[in-house]
Amino acid sequence: MGDPINLISRWFNDLLLGWGVAENLVKVISLAIGATIVATLSLATVIALIWVERKIAGRLQDRPGPNRAGPYGLFQPFADIIKIFTKEITIPDGADHVAFNIAPVLALGSVLLIWAVIPFAATVVGANINVGVLYIVAVGSFGVVAVLMAGWSSNNKFALLGSFRAVAQMVSYEVPMVIALLTPVLLARSMGLNDIVAAQTPWFIIVAPLAALIFLITSMAEVGRAPFDLLEAESEIVAGFHTEYSGMGFGAFYVSEFLHVWTIGALIATFFLGGWSGPGVETLPVLGILYFYLKTFIGYFVVTWIRLSLPRVRIDQLLAFNWKFLTPLSLAVLIVTAILDKALELAAVERWAYALMMLAANLIIGWATVLILKAIEPKRKRQRVEFTPRPIAVAPKSVDNVSSR
Amino acid sequence: MSGLEIFFLVVAVVTLVAALLVVTTPNLVHAALWLILALFGVAATFVLLNATFLAVVQVVVYIGAIAVLMIFAIMLTRRVMKDSGPQTNSNWVWAALLGLALFGGLTFVLLHSDAAGVSLPALSAHADPLAQLGQELVSPNAYVIPFELASVLLLAAMIGAIVVAWKN
Repeated sequence: MGDPINLISRWFNDLLLGWGVAENLVKVISLAIGATIVATLSLATVIALIWVERKIAGRLQDRPGPNRAGPYGLFQPFADIIKIFTKEITIPDGADHVAFNIAPVLALGSVLLIWAVIPFAATVVGANINVGVLYIVAVGSFGVVAVLMAGWSSNNKFALLGSFRAVAQMVSYEVPMVIALLTPVLLARSMGLNDIVAAQTPWFIIVAPLAALIFLITSMAEVGRAPFDLLEAESEIVAGFHTEYSGMGFGAFYVSEFLHVWTIGALIATFFLGGWSGPGVETLPVLGILYFYLKTFIGYFVVTWIRLSLPRVRIDQLLAFNWKFLTPLSLAVLIVTAILDKALELAAVERWAYALMMLAANLIIGWATVLILKAIEPKRKRQRVEFTPRPIAVAPKSVDNVSSR
Repeated sequence: MSGLEIFFLVVAVVTLVAALLVVTTPNLVHAALWLILALFGVAATFVLLNATFLAVVQVVVYIGAIAVLMIFAIMLTRRVMKDSGPQTNSNWVWAALLGLALFGGLTFVLLHSDAAGVSLPALSAHADPLAQLGQELVSPNAYVIPFELASVLLLAAMIGAIVVAWKN
């Protein structure tokens, strides 16, 4: 008891074996069913998320949000889905048909694949591979390829510009993200996600708060949401790389973006908030799923909150922030964490003292980095714009003057 | 034929066809996309060999970094949507011959080496190939010198990039 999912899976396996199905085939069938459930569940979550996000956005902007279709506007996402399904899919002239049609699938797939390694509970995990963290990074790189394909194959200069920006942004933010992810790997002595969750006493957000912060910022940039939504900046390049997509082509990009944000919540929960761990999971492992989803929602809410609060940054600010602040900071955090962790392990200090010292070290690094960067940053004076005051309204020139021309 | 063999054949055929299309397709971006498929096929082969770490690194480095940079560079050229003309010149026969000779030579060497025909020893259930690989890379009587040499090379490349990009 306490682990119904594995119970059902075992019962199902026994049932198939009882029918005389070969053992290998049973394994393949149950893995395929598991993969289908995980993928479908993730996609179904998006339906709820669309409503949640619009409701949060509404409340933060002091308006009610969707409230017409169904109670509390709950049926709004279904109306959206029906609308997007019935729209015509247009393909622009001169587009590269194959790449144009594969790109949305690849974008959605790159996000869905991450869920294969996420531990929902101690015993409920798709694939507990020993290179889980690297796998997440690897799968994420398909997303970059999808954006490039979409931008190039649309035969549209705004789409192409959007994908240029996307690649510059995603490739450079990948550097501090991977370095920040090394910190939990280092602390847990493993790249497997389930091991990382199991090693979190206390949660890594206390032991490595800077790494958590860097991961939050960089993964928001990886998704390309505000304040980092330069790849689809409406005021500059229409809709960026998916300008030419309509109907379900656009829908796939839209869903993959929503799902990616939810996935970031799941990753933050797994790496820094203790994943499935919580009171009572030893006796009742299925509780872990509840804890995992709660923590995921916290991560998701923070990302949405930031998105709705901050304005879009400029492209030069974006890249300077990455290369001049996040990358050095993440390197410093990694080096200090590695040395301190080993030293404290050799000194055999208590667990709470270890956590406190790690926290203190992180705070000092963060403070020192900000001080150093402020000291070496070239002092720029705020430019004063010289102008002569103009009257708000000017009387029109006399009509004779105009007609005489 | 077992499922693993069928899977290997499919992966091998896809990889080889994709690799062939990389050099024959007239469109440069298409060539880069086929290259991604070929590199992914190599990663799948690593998975078949139980080398998950190599497979994942293959995807991160070759698809995530190198292929993306290639497409990026190609897209900065003019007329990216157009075909860029024939991909071969009059020397393609010699290139094909050289390629075949290399393939033949490698096959010959591999077939006549001591390791040919020896099946892989089974991994013990508790072995962690990843941890072993990491220890071998930094162990003085294994691969620490090649590892450090590669690091120094990368550092030199990084410094070179900074020098090139430095103003004044």
